[in-house]
Amino acid sequence: MGSLVWPDLAQAAGWLPIFFLGAMGVAMVAYVVLDGYDLGVGILLNSANDSEKDAMISSIGPFWDANETWLVLGVGVLLVAFPIAHGIILTNLYLPVAVMLAGLILRGVSFDFRVKVQTQQKPIWNYLFHLGSIIAAMAQGVMIGRYIVGFDSGLLGWIFSALVAVCLPMGYMLLGSTWLIMKTTDKLQAKAVRWARKSLWLTAAGVGLISLATPYFSASIMQKWFVFPNIIWLSPLPLLTLLCFFLIYRSLNHLDTGKLHLQWHPFVLTIVIFLLAFLGIAYSLFPYLIIDQMTIWQAAAATESLWFIFWGAVIVLPTIILYTIYSYWIFWGKAQPLTYY
Amino acid sequence: MIDTLLLSRIQFGANITFHILFPTITIALGWFLLYLKIKGIRTGEQYWSQAYQFWVKIFALTFALGVVSGITMSFQFGTNWPGYMETVGNIAGPLLAYEVLTAFFLEATFLGVMLFGAKRVSQGVHTLATFLVAFGTTLSAFWIIVLNSWMQTPQGFKMIDGKAHISNWLEVIFNPSMPYRFTHMLIASFLTVAFLLAGISAYRVLRGSKSVANAAVLRMAIITAALLIPVQMVVGDSHGLNTLEYQPAKVAAMEGIWNTEKGAPAVIFAIPNSKEQKNDYEISIPKLASLYLTHSFDGEVQGLKAFPDKIPPVAPVFFAFRIMVGVGVLMMLISWVAVWLSRGQRSLPKWMLQALVGMTFSGWLAVVAGWYVTEIGRQPYLVSGVLTTAQAVTKLPTGMVLSSLLMYLTLYIGLIISYIVVVFHLARQADMPAAIERLASAEASTNGLGAATIKSQGV
Repeated sequence: MGSLVWPDLAQAAGWLPIFFLGAMGVAMVAYVVLDGYDLGVGILLNSANDSEKDAMISSIGPFWDANETWLVLGVGVLLVAFPIAHGIILTNLYLPVAVMLAGLILRGVSFDFRVKVQTQQKPIWNYLFHLGSIIAAMAQGVMIGRYIVGFDSGLLGWIFSALVAVCLPMGYMLLGSTWLIMKTTDKLQAKAVRWARKSLWLTAAGVGLISLATPYFSASIMQKWFVFPNIIWLSPLPLLTLLCFFLIYRSLNHLDTGKLHLQWHPFVLTIVIFLLAFLGIAYSLFPYLIIDQMTIWQAAAATESLWFIFWGAVIVLPTIILYTIYSYWIFWGKAQPLTYY
Repeated sequence: MIDTLLLSRIQFGANITFHILFPTITIALGWFLLYLKIKGIRTGEQYWSQAYQFWVKIFALTFALGVVSGITMSFQFGTNWPGYMETVGNIAGPLLAYEVLTAFFLEATFLGVMLFGAKRVSQGVHTLATFLVAFGTTLSAFWIIVLNSWMQTPQGFKMIDGKAHISNWLEVIFNPSMPYRFTHMLIASFLTVAFLLAGISAYRVLRGSKSVANAAVLRMAIITAALLIPVQMVVGDSHGLNTLEYQPAKVAAMEGIWNTEKGAPAVIFAIPNSKEQKNDYEISIPKLASLYLTHSFDGEVQGLKAFPDKIPPVAPVFFAFRIMVGVGVLMMLISWVAVWLSRGQRSLPKWMLQALVGMTFSGWLAVVAGWYVTEIGRQPYLVSGVLTTAQAVTKLPTGMVLSSLLMYLTLYIGLIISYIVVVFHLARQADMPAAIERLASAEASTNGLGAATIKSQGV
């Protein structure tokens, strides 16, 4: 563990980087949860019949574009607030980023092409939508994995990244299927319950494996978690995660027996699991931006540049959140077929 | 020689070339849709909303391509040009952040309402959503052009320990070339869309479309083009004079002038020879360049040789400039003749309709050529006088950049072809009996029975 120097947090140079780390965290979590559910729907698309495919895509139609914008914001904050780390992180993630972008491009354009091409070509674009979603999700898994191990290029580092690459799509499938439970009806909804149950087990296994493997890769993470008394006050994180898994399991059983009044529960609980996992990772890394190598203060941009964007963020971010809520409110309730008129 | 620098430049060039095609359309098409929307509400004429319903589909498709290629752009800064953000991140970062915060979320969120919310919100809110999308695309263009212009004509900063630090944000935002570049680009977007509208509408007429909406759009498009093209030429000329003041080497490359001279000739055609620093096969008109650059027959124009070690690649700038101007002149001829031929509600002859179909994507050619002039003309600098392109490039192995480049190129070529095919397919579909019937029934059900009874109509 490098020698860690804490700056004076009463000074702008001390707290502004923390503010921007928080903003980046909000953007990244918003991205993973929001684009997570529509990537999840994409991953599940191949298991549905043609009319179900239309219904599934209708449920994400008005949102996917704005959901993806949180990724641009996350990378944007990294670039603005921590320009040096931005270069280091993105050059180290060069190939997975390129692959993810290819996946996101395929997914994004297929959404539009599939309903605008001649009917006989529709299945091709449906398939590309599905494929693009899987590619993007797995590449994001590799990126997260590589980032957590500090771009360690040993075999174990790559095995860990491969593990995350397999688990993240499972988590997205859970988000996607619980989203569909909330937004669809009848047969498709029953199908979504079955998908949710399958991905629930896979996600739980993934979260467990990753949680056990992470401290193994970094002595400082081990130090932060498994030392008395940290382990006591950190224990709510894993315990709450377990509780959420159990509650989702129980509400899926309820849905099977036709009790539909709690159909939004699994989705919300899945979001809570993602938030808890994020808190765990954030706690493991803070105050490092690149683990054991570069703190947020070492990576931060000049204070006067941070001030300029701080005021913008303070005013604009809440506005964005408000109109995002407004757009979800407009499309509230069960998804309806998408029409332009 | 194939190295990481060259491949990264090709990759960035390919990315930005692919990306700019789509915002160029959505910026002006957004305002055009707002116009159709308001016109439809004001006049109560059904054909305006029919035109809206047709063009909003093309807008949605174009927007999606713009979004995904734009996301790729935002990652390229870090993956291929880490030196860029490390050196000027204090200036470039906040400008990009303001683009994301003020524009991207606005357009992306209200796009959903604009495309799919017509039945769920009031007319007023739907019009507002259409406005916010158009406003968002334009605001986004503003921020990115502020940044690009700052890279061309940087000011309002000081260098401390090799890094740019802000001294005045207003000077950064309103840097000398920004107003010219922004205006030039906005008009370029409107011209591109005018020819897209005219081309697709003409295509539909040629295929026998009797749609009143289509005819109205065609008429509006050629009038818009005819009015805007002379304005664009004046703006382009002032932009050139501004460039002459701040980036004389770029103008010398555009004009193909090697030697500083009084009474410089306007080179009509030549093959610039960088090795011997002269033009081969030159055809030129004496003293003309001095006249339009300095407004005097004997004004002095600096040649490329006056900028040793800072000469941009001459041939690409020289030819791209001629392509842009050439397309502009062709646009003027065709739009003026088309307006004259359609005077007094006359319908256009077949040859003119065919010419318009041929010009459908002519705006793309002019826009891309224009950006090549300004971006290649800035070389060898990434930020004029501050940072060279070679200093900013990643140290990644060549093979890695080559593999991503090939992947992007394959995707982009496939997608451009698909886009053009689908736009024409939508145009053919619009006049099929089934589509017309569907429109009529949708109209009836929204007017009469409300949203609950509307059946699935596909997107």
